[in-house]
Amino acid sequence: MTLATDGMTTESRAAAGAFAGVSGGEVRDYVALLKPRVMSLVVFTALVGMVVAPGGVHPVIGFAALLAIAVGAGASGCLNMWWDADIDAVMTRTRGRPIPAGRIAADEALTFGLVLSAFSVFVLGVVSNWFAAAFLAFTIFFYAVVYSMWLKRWTAQNIVIGGAAGAFPPMIGEAVVTGTVGWPTFALFAIIFLWTPPHFWALALLKSGDYARAGVPMLPNVAGADATRRQILLYTLILAPAALVPVALGTGGLAYLAVAVVTGLAMVILAVNVYRRREGEAAARAAQQLFAFSILYLFLLFATLLAEHAFGLYAAVPGLAR
Amino acid sequence: MSEKRDGVVLTAEQKRRQRSRNLAIAWALAALCVLFFVVTIAKLGPGVMNRPL
Repeated sequence: MTLATDGMTTESRAAAGAFAGVSGGEVRDYVALLKPRVMSLVVFTALVGMVVAPGGVHPVIGFAALLAIAVGAGASGCLNMWWDADIDAVMTRTRGRPIPAGRIAADEALTFGLVLSAFSVFVLGVVSNWFAAAFLAFTIFFYAVVYSMWLKRWTAQNIVIGGAAGAFPPMIGEAVVTGTVGWPTFALFAIIFLWTPPHFWALALLKSGDYARAGVPMLPNVAGADATRRQILLYTLILAPAALVPVALGTGGLAYLAVAVVTGLAMVILAVNVYRRREGEAAARAAQQLFAFSILYLFLLFATLLAEHAFGLYAAVPGLAR
Repeated sequence: MSEKRDGVVLTAEQKRRQRSRNLAIAWALAALCVLFFVVTIAKLGPGVMNRPL
């Protein structure tokens, strides 16, 4: 087996037809290039941004806008996979992806990502407004260029700054509805932004060998596991109260307050657990628990906001005007 | 010049994949046609054709 610089083996590339200029991928490979799980998170948070925004939008326009945002997110994921194919090939978590596995040629993924990026921005501009479209274009640029090409291989703060790309969708959602952005969705941006470091660093603690092999300067490899645990705890201690800001702004009601307090406390307890358990199986289990719960945490916060605003469950917190 | 050029000959597996990709593109294009039609009606209303030229 010969491993080329782009991570594809000559054998797999030949099987995929990449040498002959023939596309070799299955439909599911192209879907995988769009990172459907990340896409679903983007759609979900953008939807919440749309429902908490003042005013409303025609359901058809809202659906079309969400579709455009989803495709834009997928396109940025595709460009990320194109750029990171060499890294993906040496990491156990990612080496089965379509490009390093040789099912899709790198150039084809690049074209796919660029075409979908342009198309999604154009469609969002046409169906909603050009401010939202420009915001989507900036988000794609931020993820594909600022994070993937610049930050990821350069600094241990890669996912801190790069996390902004994943945090923009609620603001794009509001931009679709109002043509501008305001404090309520900025608060949601801040929650996702502060959530990203503890979430990814918990994973990095578990996969530090992978990242070291790939030469990606994740915090555990650069500053050590203990410094990472301290940073995880610090970010979680800021995140839990930050998640209450929507209540102060009147975006979150009583149900949101209850969920944010309970799940925020759970996040802090799990982060303390990660901080205290530093050796062996217990340390790995603590990081695993925080990583898994962090996904549920973000989902519950946003699902509660969605339920309050879309299904009429909003009950104002006494003393706070909506 | 009597040399015959074969070009790219697809294997059965490559043909199957090509067909499934073509179908996926066809479905996506059909869905986009429906989407753009519905969006046009939603944005401009049912009287979209009812305007002075």
